[in-house]
Amino acid sequence: MRDVAVIGIGMTKWGELWEKSLRTIFVETALLAIDDAGVDRLDSMVVGCMSSGLFIGQEHLTSLLSDYLGKNPVPAARVESACSSGGLALRQGFIEVASGMSDIVLVGGVEKMTDVTGCEATYALGTAADQEYEGYHGLTFPGLYAMMAVAHMHKYGTTREQLAMVAVKNHENGSKNPLAQFPFKISVEAVLQSVLVADPLHILDCSPITDGAAAVILCPADMAKKMKKPVVRITGSGQATDTIALSSRKDMAWLESTHLAGQKALAMAGQKIGDIDLFEVHDCFTIAEIMITEALGLVERGRGGKAVEEGLTALKGKFPVNPSGGLKAKGHPVGATGVAQAVEVVKQLRGEAGERQVKGAKRGLTQNMGGTGGSSLVHVFEAD
Amino acid sequence: MPNPSKYWREIPQRYRLEAGKCTKCGFIAFPPRLVCPQCGNRKFEKTKLVDSGTILTFTIIRVPPHQFEDQAPYAVGIAELDDGVRLTAQIVDCDSGVLKIGMRVRIEFRKIYEEGAAGVIYYGYKFVPA
Amino acid sequence: MAGIVGYGAYIPRNRIKVEEIAKVWGADAPGYKKGLMLEEKSVPSPDQDTITMAVEASKNALKRAGIDPKAIGAVYVGSESHPYAVKPSGTVLAEAINATPEVHTADLEFACKAGTEGMFIALSLVQVGAIEYGLAVGADTSQGAPGDALEYSAAAGAAAFIFGKDKVVAEALQTYSFTTDTPDFWRREYQYYPQHGGRFTGDPAYFKHITGAAEGILAKAGMKPADFNYVIFHQPNGKFPFRVGEMLGFTKKQIEPGWLVSKLGNTYSASSPLGLTATLDISKPGDMILIVSYGSGAGSDAFVFRVTERIDEVKALAPRTRDLLDKNKVYIDYGVYAKYRRKIRKAE
Repeated sequence: MRDVAVIGIGMTKWGELWEKSLRTIFVETALLAIDDAGVDRLDSMVVGCMSSGLFIGQEHLTSLLSDYLGKNPVPAARVESACSSGGLALRQGFIEVASGMSDIVLVGGVEKMTDVTGCEATYALGTAADQEYEGYHGLTFPGLYAMMAVAHMHKYGTTREQLAMVAVKNHENGSKNPLAQFPFKISVEAVLQSVLVADPLHILDCSPITDGAAAVILCPADMAKKMKKPVVRITGSGQATDTIALSSRKDMAWLESTHLAGQKALAMAGQKIGDIDLFEVHDCFTIAEIMITEALGLVERGRGGKAVEEGLTALKGKFPVNPSGGLKAKGHPVGATGVAQAVEVVKQLRGEAGERQVKGAKRGLTQNMGGTGGSSLVHVFEAD
Repeated sequence: MPNPSKYWREIPQRYRLEAGKCTKCGFIAFPPRLVCPQCGNRKFEKTKLVDSGTILTFTIIRVPPHQFEDQAPYAVGIAELDDGVRLTAQIVDCDSGVLKIGMRVRIEFRKIYEEGAAGVIYYGYKFVPA
Repeated sequence: MAGIVGYGAYIPRNRIKVEEIAKVWGADAPGYKKGLMLEEKSVPSPDQDTITMAVEASKNALKRAGIDPKAIGAVYVGSESHPYAVKPSGTVLAEAINATPEVHTADLEFACKAGTEGMFIALSLVQVGAIEYGLAVGADTSQGAPGDALEYSAAAGAAAFIFGKDKVVAEALQTYSFTTDTPDFWRREYQYYPQHGGRFTGDPAYFKHITGAAEGILAKAGMKPADFNYVIFHQPNGKFPFRVGEMLGFTKKQIEPGWLVSKLGNTYSASSPLGLTATLDISKPGDMILIVSYGSGAGSDAFVFRVTERIDEVKALAPRTRDLLDKNKVYIDYGVYAKYRRKIRKAE
């Protein structure tokens, strides 16, 4: 297996992009990554997108996006694992380069979510759950995560305020990210006073509906060195699946797939969790970030709430989590998120993160998750 | 276009809680499956879930998916039935203050939703306080 | 001898008081309460309908019957509020109780007596030996037009009876049906609410048919009112059953145990059937029970039952009718009632 480097990154401002279609959003973003990499060809494309079919009635993105990028006849793949489609695309691209199958691979993630109503978007996102035995009964994603929060609060005493603090921290970071959908600060009171979506989660506990894309260019590390680019390598990739239905999990207050994927990625990278300088994780809901920090081993099981309260995961804390603003402030165009996490980590490891730079960052980790934890993708990055 | 086939296929589960019990390790699969997730065995015998249990977690959905628009807000929960199987369903006939982890529930046959005034009526199981 | 092998009831928990309805329409609540002897009525939740209540009542009947549901050879659901105009309530019920596929099913309609019609058919099939067990359910989520007198009484409930020849808890000694064409109360297809003939629904309708069926069955059975421990009449309001009972020579004491209407409302096809389940709940071996239903259009079905020793083994196996009626109630106001009963016009 060859060493794999990220030599180009691209991301445009995320939000409700009324004037831009999915193909436009993707191509603009991909071009930024291609130009950043300075490459003139692509050997392969991997696109992560959860549900262009339900959101805009469009499938066959492999053809559409390679066409509009002007890259036909490049081989292309579109991968899906709900909200971890982006992370899965990253892994597939990584495998293609590491295996020697391709040299220059474009990995992109995109989602266009605002061409449907809020209820229709809720339905589309709900297809990440068990349609016949969760969705059929009226469950939504906020509903499922709310039940995880209730279980976690009951088991460990995690508080409503601690959940809100995750959102506050991520907005604090996001206010320093010019590409974020919501680049402003919020308070704990604002979270708790915002409208309830599924008790105990308020709207400000939930990541938003967003249009956006992110892209990276991968190539063998040797090629990157020859191109005189700052070399940031992907040193570890891990993936794990878990049951589709929340009710089938052994422990509903624990993310086993993240735990296993994290272990695999770190083992491949030859690192321990304590060696990592920053983390971009899947805070689709505030409770998710708390449970993810436990599953990755940043804190002891059950102590995720206390950790955010104590500032452990703040930008200047011991384990900076979501310096980009996370899904909460940056936005969550579902299929794009996993790739955007990689964009942020690479930016940080290149020292280009401006106001939200984690000082002296050498290693970063991304964790992207699908559904209520039915799939997890973890990648470890290191700057040479 | 109505699609009754997806609903009709699950009727033995929706109406009668029919499940499969692994002949090797006793794992109860609801809905029934072809492969036991616990031991990998491929043989099951027919069984039925029991209709009473205890609530493990719950929430109240206030922003519903479009088919449930007129029902919001509604409570949903995961109960551990007395045979050890966990089930997800709405919790109804529940006054505020009664809904809590550990409450006992039993199963009742109820309407889940209708496809408008002219479409199919979907039935299934819900939890009521025992 | 054939008879009832198992019986079960189901009543939704929501209640609305007469005063609450009268307040909205500026009507005379004390007048309704005194004149019709009505206090409150049951209201189905939005996720309940004739089918869901029929399923729960039937499950209760099965608990008392103690039989294999596959042995049920016929399933009849009588209602004037079947959820579908075309597609039987009976097939959903038969699937839900696991009686399919070897079973005959039909939906029945005859205003408020569709429940006892099913009982008559199921009993008859058992008597001739065509089936081993037959299930008959009367269930309704009746609608009363806003502001109309019937809005105060139109209620929801279900009663289920399993008939058979062995394990009988109440033997069916006699049946009788009295039918004429009398347009006292009706609903045309595609109409949301029924219409009625006002005072015409009294003497030429309710009273004529109930007395016709009661006198007919007493003559056929060679019995008189005093021979009965209990009598149940159809209950469109609180007054009519006592009035017709007096006309026929029955006492208040005989009527009271099965008289649910003042707290339940008129559950239409379940009205006299629920009166029967409530009576069975308190009956003793050897008791003689007369039930006379009434359905507008018009007709009455009458049955004479004699309670057996087995009644005491089954009473406690499922919820008692009076417990369903009196316990676990929740009161709603007219706004919630109108929302639940789809009386509010929503966007298309």
